[in-house]
Amino acid sequence: MRSVLPVLTVVAVIVALWYAACVPMNIKGVLTEAERAGAAVQPEGAGARRDLPALRLAINNGFAVPATWAQDRPRLPAPHQVAAELWDTTAMKKITSKRSLVYHGWVTLSATLLGFAIGTGLGILLAVGIVHSRVMDMSVMPWAIVSQTIPIIALAPMIIVVLYSIGVQGILPKAVISAYLSFFPVVVGMVKGLRSPDAMQLDLLRTYNAGKAQGFWKLRLPASIPYLFASLKIGIAASLVGAIVGELPTGAVAGLGARLLAGSYYGQTVQIWAALFAAAILAAVLVGLLGLLQRLVLTRMGMA
Amino acid sequence: MMLVALAALVWGLGWWINLRLAAGPSAQSRGVRLAVPVIFGVTVLAVWELLVRGLDVPLVILPAPSLIAARFAASLPVLWADFVQTILKGALGGYVIGCGAAILTAVLVDRSDFLRRGLLPVGNFVAALPIVGTAPILVMWFGFDWQSKAAVVVVMVFFPVLVNTVAGLRETTAMQRDLMETYAASYWQGFFKLRLPAALPFIFNGLKIATTLALVGAIVAEFFGSPTVGMGFRISTSVGQLALDMVWAEIVVAALAGSVFYGAVAWVEKAVTFWHPSQRA
Amino acid sequence: MDNHEEVIRADRLDLTFQTNDGPVHALRDVNLTIDKGDFVSFIGPSGCGKTTFLRCIAALETPTGGMLSVNGMTADEARRARAYGYVFQAAGLYPWRTIAGNIRLPLEIMGFSRDEQVRRVNDVLQLVDLEGFGGKYPWQLSGGMQQRASIARALSFDADILLMDEPFGALDEIVRDHLNEQLLALWARTGKTIGFVTHSIPEAVYLSTRIVVMSPRPGRITDVIESPLPRERPLDIRESPEFIEIAHRVREGLRAGHGDV
Repeated sequence: MRSVLPVLTVVAVIVALWYAACVPMNIKGVLTEAERAGAAVQPEGAGARRDLPALRLAINNGFAVPATWAQDRPRLPAPHQVAAELWDTTAMKKITSKRSLVYHGWVTLSATLLGFAIGTGLGILLAVGIVHSRVMDMSVMPWAIVSQTIPIIALAPMIIVVLYSIGVQGILPKAVISAYLSFFPVVVGMVKGLRSPDAMQLDLLRTYNAGKAQGFWKLRLPASIPYLFASLKIGIAASLVGAIVGELPTGAVAGLGARLLAGSYYGQTVQIWAALFAAAILAAVLVGLLGLLQRLVLTRMGMA
Repeated sequence: MMLVALAALVWGLGWWINLRLAAGPSAQSRGVRLAVPVIFGVTVLAVWELLVRGLDVPLVILPAPSLIAARFAASLPVLWADFVQTILKGALGGYVIGCGAAILTAVLVDRSDFLRRGLLPVGNFVAALPIVGTAPILVMWFGFDWQSKAAVVVVMVFFPVLVNTVAGLRETTAMQRDLMETYAASYWQGFFKLRLPAALPFIFNGLKIATTLALVGAIVAEFFGSPTVGMGFRISTSVGQLALDMVWAEIVVAALAGSVFYGAVAWVEKAVTFWHPSQRA
Repeated sequence: MDNHEEVIRADRLDLTFQTNDGPVHALRDVNLTIDKGDFVSFIGPSGCGKTTFLRCIAALETPTGGMLSVNGMTADEARRARAYGYVFQAAGLYPWRTIAGNIRLPLEIMGFSRDEQVRRVNDVLQLVDLEGFGGKYPWQLSGGMQQRASIARALSFDADILLMDEPFGALDEIVRDHLNEQLLALWARTGKTIGFVTHSIPEAVYLSTRIVVMSPRPGRITDVIESPLPRERPLDIRESPEFIEIAHRVREGLRAGHGDV
């Protein structure tokens, strides 16, 4: 709790810096608009201003500074503009509307969750196999580890198109990308967790003459839960990125990735920022929920 | 059908060899530990080749490995140009700037307990966000060329490295700090002789995470606009032209680049933190 | 033993920690003088303030009352003048430095010249019987050797005072006997003033010229025993009647200060 004040301070500083950055980022555009509207601008003509430092321009034309926080299509929208856009497109629109971020968020979220469920399920199964079979461990595990070091997200556009060409559309192609992105972290984390009991704990079960299955359910699985949750948090964040990137290559019309892409096509910076924050909030909520679940489960198991 | 049956046979054979090796007396030896995954990989490639040929899978769905290899060999100049554009300029440039900035920030933050307590949760929070999403904005600001890709990479690697470095710089024991106190050591003496070396394993942890992020950032950012060169550009246009052999060739490059990049950082880590228990095993 | 040159002096020393459960009196009304060349042991149950008192001398803790002087200065001035070498419970060697590198650490910080560093490292390695191990890393050495290296580290810059906080507490009895013997030899050769915290009665009696018995709640000195044993002490002195007599006194002192046990 003693971190609340420092955290709030840091956030406040970031917001202040953001507002300050809007001035140099947007001043040239603002001045061009003002000049067109007939205001006296120092110096005159966009050409004369191009190579001047933005800060000089802002000092010379103090009247234009407030306008840098209220432009229609700024290079950098001010925080309140993004907040207003977020509010407009979530609370003020019907959630079935194509302009509602809730609608787009749901499109992305559903693919994320489906893919995450598939990836996690398969990941846990493979981890169990790896822990119980030496061949699988030696054959597959090195590849699972290597997969963590390469940008497998580069496969995403191809998966979308290939699945499309064999008639699979909609949520599934994105879910496949989400699934394989969450799959490998879960495999690696879960194997680590299932192997976490030390020799003494394993020996104890041996003195009870416990079977392999008993050892799994009574020792390995419970011991792996903290590791599982740690990789689930990584996995869900990766799943969300996968779903968003999966929306880019086909020019999808719905989803947060589609909003980002459309915004960048039409120079709708406020829309991009709103979509970005929606994605960030979604990620934070998902990771936060998993964190909460982790606390509940571990408390219940007496491990936290 | 012959080829499909052969594929099943190859699969069985590969698995049988690995079973024998894994159960054999020298299963723990270096050679076997290396051979088993390689045999597995080769088996998968052979089965892939045989199935694609046997079932006449169209090129636009899955090209055979031999086809990908042929395309790779025939397109070396293009692949090299893409590699230079995306990996050397975009990813590596951004990686160096981003990691450098993060470590410097961490050193500054470390001097103030207040800043550290405020920045650590924020940094942890941001590190979990889908930062690739900033790509369209940064492409708009820095243009289509590699500078915008480097900018995306900077933003992506900054927070994981920052959080790890800040945590690492706190990783000294009370006794180690007391020892410095008994020598009446100055802040910077304590920093260079104690806290920085003790933080190295953590810093390298962040640097290793950042290698993958850097490649992801540089490639995905190209989906939002790029000149007519670059791995992300090539992947998205080749996908559009259904030239999947080219896509796979780029993916091979990405995989090689990723492993080499990570391997290089891990190698430096081993050389620098040889003393850490995790490196001694 | 006749030169009473005073090195450390504590006058009505108090140290109170403020905790969530209220104030804790770590030290109350501690009066003690330590003369040059003394080997003084602090003994008592945990919580009696023996380590805290040593840390006060080292200026790692700040007393809340009373007066403490080290070499005629305040403790903190003495720390900044690098008046003492400190040996902790664990060796605490840096794993990224060799043994020689660890011993060189304080010399680097204190700005000794390169040549001087090499010379001193060799000297103290010899002093603690670790010649030939300078190039090894700490994790390649046994616990006893690591602790010897940490003593060498404390000796390297040749401070007059050596403060040792249960330096052999984590070692087994056989290694500990050996190191005790070596420590006495080292003390005889260097003539340093040593403050030594322990919870082992035989160790305290075997090593010390004076034994300070302390007791907890509040941390205070209950007895100071002058040892009549000669400075030259073979290990089997521990079976002599004088030794057993002093050990008995120390045990009595501990029991008296700890009325409830």
